[in-house]
Amino acid sequence: MFSYCAEPDTLEGLRWASCYLTTGKHMGLYSSVFTVLLLLAITAPTALLFGFGGATAARSRIPPLRWLGKGYTAIVRGVPDIAFFLFFVIALDQGFEWVRHQVKCPDWPDAIRQGNDFVVCQQAKLPLSSAPEWVHQTYGFFLAVLTFSIVFGAFASNVLFGAMRAVPRAQLETAEAYGMTRRQTFWRILVPQMWVYALPGLSNLWMVLIKATPLLFLLGIEDIVYWARELGGTKNARFTDYPHGDWRMWYFLALLVFYLCFTKVSEVVLNKLMTKLTHGQATAGGEAQRRAGA
Amino acid sequence: MSCWDTIQAYALRSIGIGERLLPRDDYGLCQQFTLIGSGMIWNIYFGVLALCAGFFLAVAVAIGKSSKHRLIRKPAEWFIFLFRGSPLFIQFFFAYFLFLTVKQSMPFLGAFTAAWLGALVVLFLNTAAYSGEIFYGALLSIPKGDIEAADAYGMAGWTRFRRITFPTMLRLAWPAYTNEAIFLFHATTLVFFSGFPILKQQGDALYYASYFADKTFNPFIPYPILAFYFILLTLVIVGVFSLVNNHLNRHMPREAKRKIRFRPNLIR
Repeated sequence: MFSYCAEPDTLEGLRWASCYLTTGKHMGLYSSVFTVLLLLAITAPTALLFGFGGATAARSRIPPLRWLGKGYTAIVRGVPDIAFFLFFVIALDQGFEWVRHQVKCPDWPDAIRQGNDFVVCQQAKLPLSSAPEWVHQTYGFFLAVLTFSIVFGAFASNVLFGAMRAVPRAQLETAEAYGMTRRQTFWRILVPQMWVYALPGLSNLWMVLIKATPLLFLLGIEDIVYWARELGGTKNARFTDYPHGDWRMWYFLALLVFYLCFTKVSEVVLNKLMTKLTHGQATAGGEAQRRAGA
Repeated sequence: MSCWDTIQAYALRSIGIGERLLPRDDYGLCQQFTLIGSGMIWNIYFGVLALCAGFFLAVAVAIGKSSKHRLIRKPAEWFIFLFRGSPLFIQFFFAYFLFLTVKQSMPFLGAFTAAWLGALVVLFLNTAAYSGEIFYGALLSIPKGDIEAADAYGMAGWTRFRRITFPTMLRLAWPAYTNEAIFLFHATTLVFFSGFPILKQQGDALYYASYFADKTFNPFIPYPILAFYFILLTLVIVGVFSLVNNHLNRHMPREAKRKIRFRPNLIR
């Protein structure tokens, strides 16, 4: 990185550290922080969408749809989440390949499940075996995002379902009295009002989502946990210019501090947002604000 | 090999009793049910011990956080923030490498690098922080009248705490504490995926489930079995905790008894 880094053996103290911390592999570590942020940026809205769908389904008047919505939340919440992460990554992958197989090779003679193997035709492989490396990585990341969205969608669905029920009934009855249809009541009255009730739950969910990001490592993504293990391990002078002992403890300490700061910042921002949104609302929080001001 | 033989060979496999080798090519339903069930021994071990030990630390931390003295309050606040603000997964990794480093200078502490002790310590501290926050919230919502009544009776200090504050706090915190217990058990599945080594393939339920999923390349059998065991475990926890809940609320009128709501919805 810096010009004086050419001879690392001669460096000491701060200069050595500045060279050490800017090696190519450390750049990998820093860029994996962006992987985490990217995951959060994509997962949060997608999970909210899944959650909205789930909550709407759980309120549906059609029984099978209602059972689907309620079952979705109940099962994901009753079982350890990490089991779902491990499950969905394989299951989604196989599901996609199975569908492609049905479309692309309709006259394939053999069974897909042969004992302990899952065999689809060459054209149905995802990603294709001839695809470049970045396609494989992007596909892996895409699967991870989808898995996170499904699991967190169930949590969000739970929160939104509660929020929809918290909207005062009188509001809905008024809408009906004005002659609005069920659909109009839902979109014009219920949905705009439910967010205030949903925010505490959703901000809690955001914190939980942040703390779930290291689990990306288990899904085979090269994330910060991967790099911390990789970089922290004992380095022999024969293979690197920067030999050192087992520093994994310090790397994970750094990760610990990173996450603590991240959650702290989120907490402060979300509290500000909450204060802003409750302002002037007919809720306990809004009433407390009014009293404090008066 | 009949199913009964399989159960005899593998039911206690996760704690080192029975057959040494895992099944090689015979991954039937019976094998999967038995081995994943055998792995549940570890989940229950971690969950029960961490919960029992963590309860006492949690009460201490909650009282510390509500203390007037800075020197007591600050450490309690930091303890809670440290363990609630960071992912359990990273805590496991950090603790494992910390114990490894400590072991080099103090070899007699080597047992901490094994999962049965090291991971238990992390889970114990973690659950203490989470339940400490729950108990602290309950301490704040004790009705003022209760404390005033205790004062009027001339109770103070330890007597007031033992007779009034502590039982009321427990009563208020119990529904939330039940949820905490449920997802502590869920969190135990992280142990063998986070640095702590698995000796002789003696892992927990999720370890065996993912082992079978890897070998058979079919996730649709082992993970539902795991889910079945965990739902069963959750029902047992809810049952036990609602018994305690009934005991805590035995003086209350029947309608006023607070029902425990089943809402385990958090990861750490």
